[in-house]
Amino acid sequence: MTTNEHINSGEWPLWEIFIRSRQGLDHKHVGSLHAVDAQMAIENARDVYTRRMEGVSIWVVESKHIHASNPADAEAFYDPANDKAYRHPTFYNLPDELKHM
Amino acid sequence: MEKDFEEIFQDKVDKEIKIEPKDWMPEKYRQTLIRQISQHAHSEIVGMLPEGNWITRAPNLRRKAILLAKVQDEAGHGLYLYSAAETLGITRDEMYDQLHTGKAKYSSIFNYPTLTWADIGAIGWLVDGAAIMNQVPLCRSSFGPYARAMVRVCKEESFHQRQGFEILLTLSKGTEAQRNMAQDAVNRWWWPSVMMFGPKDDESPNTIMSMKWKIKRFTNDELRQKFVDICAEQVKILGLTLPDNDLKWNAATNHYDFGAIDWNEFWEVVKGNGPCNKQRLDTRKKAWEDGAWVREAASAYAEKRKNKKAVKAA
Repeated sequence: MTTNEHINSGEWPLWEIFIRSRQGLDHKHVGSLHAVDAQMAIENARDVYTRRMEGVSIWVVESKHIHASNPADAEAFYDPANDKAYRHPTFYNLPDELKHM
Repeated sequence: MEKDFEEIFQDKVDKEIKIEPKDWMPEKYRQTLIRQISQHAHSEIVGMLPEGNWITRAPNLRRKAILLAKVQDEAGHGLYLYSAAETLGITRDEMYDQLHTGKAKYSSIFNYPTLTWADIGAIGWLVDGAAIMNQVPLCRSSFGPYARAMVRVCKEESFHQRQGFEILLTLSKGTEAQRNMAQDAVNRWWWPSVMMFGPKDDESPNTIMSMKWKIKRFTNDELRQKFVDICAEQVKILGLTLPDNDLKWNAATNHYDFGAIDWNEFWEVVKGNGPCNKQRLDTRKKAWEDGAWVREAASAYAEKRKNKKAVKAA
């Protein structure tokens, strides 16, 4: 994904490509490419990212529609979860004889 | 303040935490990566030209299908890499422009001609072999998008090397003329392949910084030695020889010693005086210019469809 938008150039818009590798799995970001429209982006993604049966489904999203969290805010943004170990099952000390839990 | 950022950045790199496009990075790191990744992308694109030369003349349908697939892979690799470079803030058009005006370099190896079918074998075995040697460590590059692109490239590259070796093996087991053709190709491609690792360590001023930033994991000479060691063994299976009288196993170093590299030739080709520099660039520019009407037509068609949709919606 790019950090800049090519607003005034004659370049075709940039698209982010997501591929579902197998039925039942989620779509995963694999990269990006330029295309005039969504249909062309899907067709090009087929050629660029699935030459070896890497996918059964393709999503394309124009890069300008992706909004991302700011890495500079990471501390404030994610730290509140740090001291909440009780959200994890391993936090609880239970007798060994307790089964099926 | 700048200093703090730089410390945090280096700390991340030291801990093997990937740097992502929106993270703070030293300007020199950004510029070095843009240069390296775009140069790499250009090499993939120009690298299609010497091989494309043989698609129509591949000796049979199997070889033709394989070569087509390989050349298509190179196009794909170029696209992965251009995208990775774009995340650093350079546009695709700027990169194309740098290539077409000769401002940007690509790997010098592609400025050598492919004279016979055996050259396709030698390119796969030696050129792609050297490329893989360079590229595998890049999968651990500190810059996330580059590392991820390289993982995909390396997965695909391995078939390229194997198909090349198979071509040479087939020729080496063929008639005398075919054997000679294979040996001749190896003779011509060996030294340029050894040069692919770039200048000697003490003449490669960027190496220290690139190692510190984990853009580079091994020095040019380390990788070159590894390549020579591997090829010196593999060539025996082909029943061919490498054109180096000084090539000799050294039990003390546990490596092969090898002869002196003609650095004059290396720098001449880098400077643009190789056998095919002009031809490659001209072909590449022509392909871009001849494709202009296709790009315009695609834009016009997309515009038309968008308008149709708008009319329908209204």
